[in-house]
Amino acid sequence: MKTVEELERIRKQAQAMTRLREGKETTRIVVGMGTCGIAAGARETLSAIMDELAKRNIQDVVVTQTGCVGLCEQEPIVDVIKPGAAKVTYGKVTKEKARQIVASHIVNGQVVGEWVIASA
Amino acid sequence: MEFYRSHVLVCGGTPCVLEGCKGVRDALIAEVKRRGLDREVKVVETGCLGPCDLGPVIVVYPEGTLYQKVRVSDVPEIVEQHLLKGRVVTRLVGEAPQAGVVKYEEPTYLGVQERIVLRNCGVIDPESIEEYIARDGYRALAKCLTEMKPADVIEAVKKSGLVGRGGAAFPTGLKWSFTANADADQKYILCNADEGEPGTFKDRLILEGDPHSILEGMAIAGYAVGANKGFIYVRGEYVLSIERLGKAIEQAKALGLLGSNIFGSGFSFDVEIRKGAGAYVCGEETGLIESIEGKRGEPRIKPPYPGTEGLYGKPTVVNNVETIANIPPILLNGPDWFRQFGTERCPGTKVFTLTGDITNKGLIEVPMGITLRRVIYEIGGGIPGGREFKMAQTGGTSGGCLPKELLDVPMDYFTLPEHGSALGSGALLIMDDSHCIVDIAECFMRFFEHESCGKCTPCREGTARLHEIVAKIARGEGKPGDLELLDELGSVMQVSSLCGLGQAAPVPIKTMLKYFRDEFEAHINDRLCPTGTCGI
Ligand SMILES: Cc1cc2nc3c(=O)[nH]c(=O)nc-3n(C[C@H](O)[C@H](O)[C@H](O)COP(=O)(O)O)c2cc1C
Ligand code: FES
Repeated sequence: MKTVEELERIRKQAQAMTRLREGKETTRIVVGMGTCGIAAGARETLSAIMDELAKRNIQDVVVTQTGCVGLCEQEPIVDVIKPGAAKVTYGKVTKEKARQIVASHIVNGQVVGEWVIASA
Repeated sequence: MEFYRSHVLVCGGTPCVLEGCKGVRDALIAEVKRRGLDREVKVVETGCLGPCDLGPVIVVYPEGTLYQKVRVSDVPEIVEQHLLKGRVVTRLVGEAPQAGVVKYEEPTYLGVQERIVLRNCGVIDPESIEEYIARDGYRALAKCLTEMKPADVIEAVKKSGLVGRGGAAFPTGLKWSFTANADADQKYILCNADEGEPGTFKDRLILEGDPHSILEGMAIAGYAVGANKGFIYVRGEYVLSIERLGKAIEQAKALGLLGSNIFGSGFSFDVEIRKGAGAYVCGEETGLIESIEGKRGEPRIKPPYPGTEGLYGKPTVVNNVETIANIPPILLNGPDWFRQFGTERCPGTKVFTLTGDITNKGLIEVPMGITLRRVIYEIGGGIPGGREFKMAQTGGTSGGCLPKELLDVPMDYFTLPEHGSALGSGALLIMDDSHCIVDIAECFMRFFEHESCGKCTPCREGTARLHEIVAKIARGEGKPGDLELLDELGSVMQVSSLCGLGQAAPVPIKTMLKYFRDEFEAHINDRLCPTGTCGI
């Protein structure tokens, strides 16, 4: 290695690989993965979110799942929790809606109001 | 760009390997694939996570849930419940050392711990130089080579107050300055990874969990003293350490972080591995040097010290694995940062291997100066089976024994010797009240008799006689005057033995006589073992 800049470049790239383990507070997307969620297509929703994040090279977002929250008819349910902001819950999130949520809520900070079922 | 929503870290430290972690890892990879999760979930093998006694251990991120004693048969449930549905499999989280869901950042077994040396252990894949770099790896080397003069590096290490973690507690910066000031065409850096102290396995787990930190630390040392060649002397049975070090050296060379003209600075550094054959005395620095030179592993007469006349007669720095692992963070963050940990006289942390009669066994790193009581009861989870604490052996067989009256003594390199003990390499062997002191003494003395290299008379004869006398007491054949004789013989060995082996061999027996004399006397005078366990 000839320069410090080269090391910096590798470091920046590699940090994406380990960021998940740092436990720092970041935006979280939580997908309902109860039996009801999975039956309603939550797997595809989750895949779409992952794919969209990867495409846009967004690394500081954590994607996790949760069980049934008792709103089965609204599944697939997706929560978006930004640090310091209230939790926003979206209902009936198809894979197309999921991509849209990543684009406007995660990237541009615009909550997609019409799909929101709860906000706390 | 790969993007995963979850990382499953499987501990690949030797204790977990022995518990079958490889099978668990393979099963995880297969099951994740079978469930179609392989593009979302990444399985990573890592170094020791700490609770070695609970292996195989795995941690699932981003939640940081730690599962213990994971069997291959548990894998489908973990994948289905946790990785697919996001539900923690509570039955595998266990009660000890923590209950419920844990965040890796703050599980209770990490509570009072402070991670400098083990900063990457159990967090990164030790076989990936990229993951090491992601966690600031090789930045300290870059800083030294491009912004600091060798003398500045030595000054920083001096100011940090770092003392050697191999047992002798010699100030590291001062040691480096001897070699830096020596005039020679060739100098060497040796990393002492012989780790022969019974009950100690911290160097092994550091090497397995974070091999690059050693390479980086050695390169910094080389730059500071003007050495362009390093050797790591590893115990031959540390197969995994050797394998991972070998891979790390390859990777560092490929990226030009070892080799010639590193960071265009004109400084070149290479590292080679040398395997030891497992003699305790080869951990002694001059015995180690003899061994690397291909000779019989026996200590040399000092002075001259290795700092000015070491390997092949050239100025040589010998440092312990843990000492070296402290170097990159000290240089990166500065000596003042380092001094905020530990005590004024003894800054930084200490890595201990916690073993024996204690609930949570494993690898821990705590601020220097912590009391034995906090280690045993806050991190170690106390003594199992409702038994009483009897004593702790600190520093391995060459260290001393601490009775319960000393539970509140700060453990550092300067305070323990005031009580006749030593911090040594960092073994912490806890024993409950079911153990007979004479029995333990016999076992320790047998070790020294076996390991004495025989070069000097006080050690060769002394270790044999110490063992003989203690063995007689243990068999019920002790006679009045034996204890005085042990004391006197020990004192002679301490002042007249050639190397630390003979000098330290009497330390455990002396502390035992000091704190548990009545138990020896009962064996001699009444032919009776107060604990009723030694079969006298
Ligand atoms: C019998 C004997 C065995 C030793 N074994 C080791 C060992 O296994 N590892 C180690 O680092 N130091 C060991 N030492 C201490 C070394 O001689 C030396 O002090 C140490 O490697 C220096 O490194 P440090 O300044 O970083 O502690 C041993 C000393 C003696 C007398
Ligand atoms: S080796 Fe796995 S926890 Fe220590």
